[in-house]
Amino acid sequence: MSPAETLSWPGTYGDEAKARMGFFTDTSICIGCKACEVACKEWNAIPDSPKGFSGKSYDNTLDLGADTWRHVAFVEQRVPADAGGGASLVEAAERGGLAEREGLATYQEGDGVRWLMSSDVCKHCTEAACLEVCPTGALFRTEFGTVVVQEDVCNGCGYCVPACPFGVLDQREGDGRVWKCTLCYDRLKDGKEPACAQACPTSSIQFGEVEELRERAERRLEKLRLAGQDEARLYLADPDDGIGGAGAFFLLLDEPEVYGLPPDPVDTRRDLGSIWAAAGAAALALGAGIAAAALGGRS
Amino acid sequence: MSASGAVRSYYGQPVIKEPVWTPEIPVYLFTGGLGGASAGLAELARLRGNEELARRAWVVALAGVAASPALLVSDLGMPSRFLNMLRMFKVTSPMSVGSWILSASGLATSVATANAMTGHLPRAARFACPAAALLGLPLSTYTAALLSNTAIPVWHESRRLLPFVFAGGAAASAGGTALAVTPDRHAKPARRLAVGGAVAQLAALQLMERSLGEIGEPLKLGPAGMLGKLAKGLTAAGAVTAVAGRGGARAASVAGGVLVTAGALAERWAVFRAGFQSAGDPKYVVGPQRERIERGEARGGSRQVGRRRAVQDPPAARAT
Ligand code: SF4
Repeated sequence: MSPAETLSWPGTYGDEAKARMGFFTDTSICIGCKACEVACKEWNAIPDSPKGFSGKSYDNTLDLGADTWRHVAFVEQRVPADAGGGASLVEAAERGGLAEREGLATYQEGDGVRWLMSSDVCKHCTEAACLEVCPTGALFRTEFGTVVVQEDVCNGCGYCVPACPFGVLDQREGDGRVWKCTLCYDRLKDGKEPACAQACPTSSIQFGEVEELRERAERRLEKLRLAGQDEARLYLADPDDGIGGAGAFFLLLDEPEVYGLPPDPVDTRRDLGSIWAAAGAAALALGAGIAAAALGGRS
Repeated sequence: MSASGAVRSYYGQPVIKEPVWTPEIPVYLFTGGLGGASAGLAELARLRGNEELARRAWVVALAGVAASPALLVSDLGMPSRFLNMLRMFKVTSPMSVGSWILSASGLATSVATANAMTGHLPRAARFACPAAALLGLPLSTYTAALLSNTAIPVWHESRRLLPFVFAGGAAASAGGTALAVTPDRHAKPARRLAVGGAVAQLAALQLMERSLGEIGEPLKLGPAGMLGKLAKGLTAAGAVTAVAGRGGARAASVAGGVLVTAGALAERWAVFRAGFQSAGDPKYVVGPQRERIERGEARGGSRQVGRRRAVQDPPAARAT
């Protein structure tokens, strides 16, 4: 499977298939402004979802769900002042020129704090469990290779909710149907970029053709590592991973679980063979058991 | 899970979503198995000339498969759109496959039961009876595939044994219910099925819990753990009582039948609840994945190029 190919696509679209579109979210330059969350709610007319004050850093959104299609995570970590030879992004930038050029120096005593911020979103998986388990066909693959729920078909069965390995989908209260990021399908059809990417002031959220974004991500990773940021890693950019690679992938500065992301997600369909085989074998065993009970012995 | 039992997480927030399924679903897991296995019992009893047992088992079968769609419709966020289930047939969706099995088995069981009660549909019944009996088998076990085909660790990792737990429960409840409503002279096959199903269910459950290791912890803790204990107690007590009723003690037969049936219901409920507990705690989700990565068996979610820095997470970020 070529990196840009996704299950049942572009086959089902033939000539109408477009290049696969997606997001590269570079969390190393996310400033936690939540403009993406706001722009997404605005454009998609998503109901408000007040959860109150969480006490978890600046994050009162907490997760993705029916009414949150972008979610900015805030992680505060204590860093020993000498950790990694002082190779935080800021420090690297300083070492890279600022300090020398401007004659500035920064000092840190004892422990420091490092902030990780990251805007999470539906991954638009190449192998999308949500779409595969959907019994009505409400979830479908668009001509852009993205995964979208058709709200006029969804009957609220909820199967996609525990099937998604990222916990993206949820039922909307008082509505019963499931909702999630559409990668702004309507805007894409008009040749526009998704609202969140347009609103992002630091281009932490980059929108484009997945193949091109992957190259961009590799270059960015290379650059960060040359600058001494050797904790940087790409997440879901690999077509060989458990979901066949994502249409929306990330550059992270720590292990995925620190951001609330699964470190090694796998599409449940990969085990479908053994799942059906076991159910079939058990059905046969049940048949044998009933036969033994009914036909064995006397009457 | 790491030896310390602690994994890193985002303020202990769940990584995956708990199901949105309502209590109708565990009841459906039960009624599907009860109806499905009862159809098999009814058909074989009929072939064996045991009309008394056959007629009763058909009625139970119909009750089970008739209750099932009602429960499913009631669980839907958009009940009016139940028929959307039959827009397509998708092998990748056990719910889709199950909807078709349930529809077909509902039809066949209705015809078979109508004929068993009235004798008016002999032609249709010739086909409907064996069809209902056969469809009842996957109807009893596909629900395990439905649960396993999710990202919920305790359900997904029990994919090889859960269908056998459900098959045992289906047999136990079908046998138990028939035993409770059939005069002793005609109830021998029902008693054998109830006891055999109860034993099979307990054995499969034991194997499953052992193979799951730490991933199976939710089956032992909290509400799921209590339901599980209840299920095992009811099932074991019911089987013993049913055996004791062999000599003609009617009360023992009725009690035994009711107990194993209740045990089968409680077991479905326990497995259902365990899924919520498994999804709700990031340690069950992240732990096994992190272990896979450390064993070098990862499927590559993140390219392991990053060096782990000596940072200290905020206290709440470590799930225990
Ligand atoms: S992240 Fe979840 S909801 Fe989004 S495409 Fe993948 S499986 Fe579906």
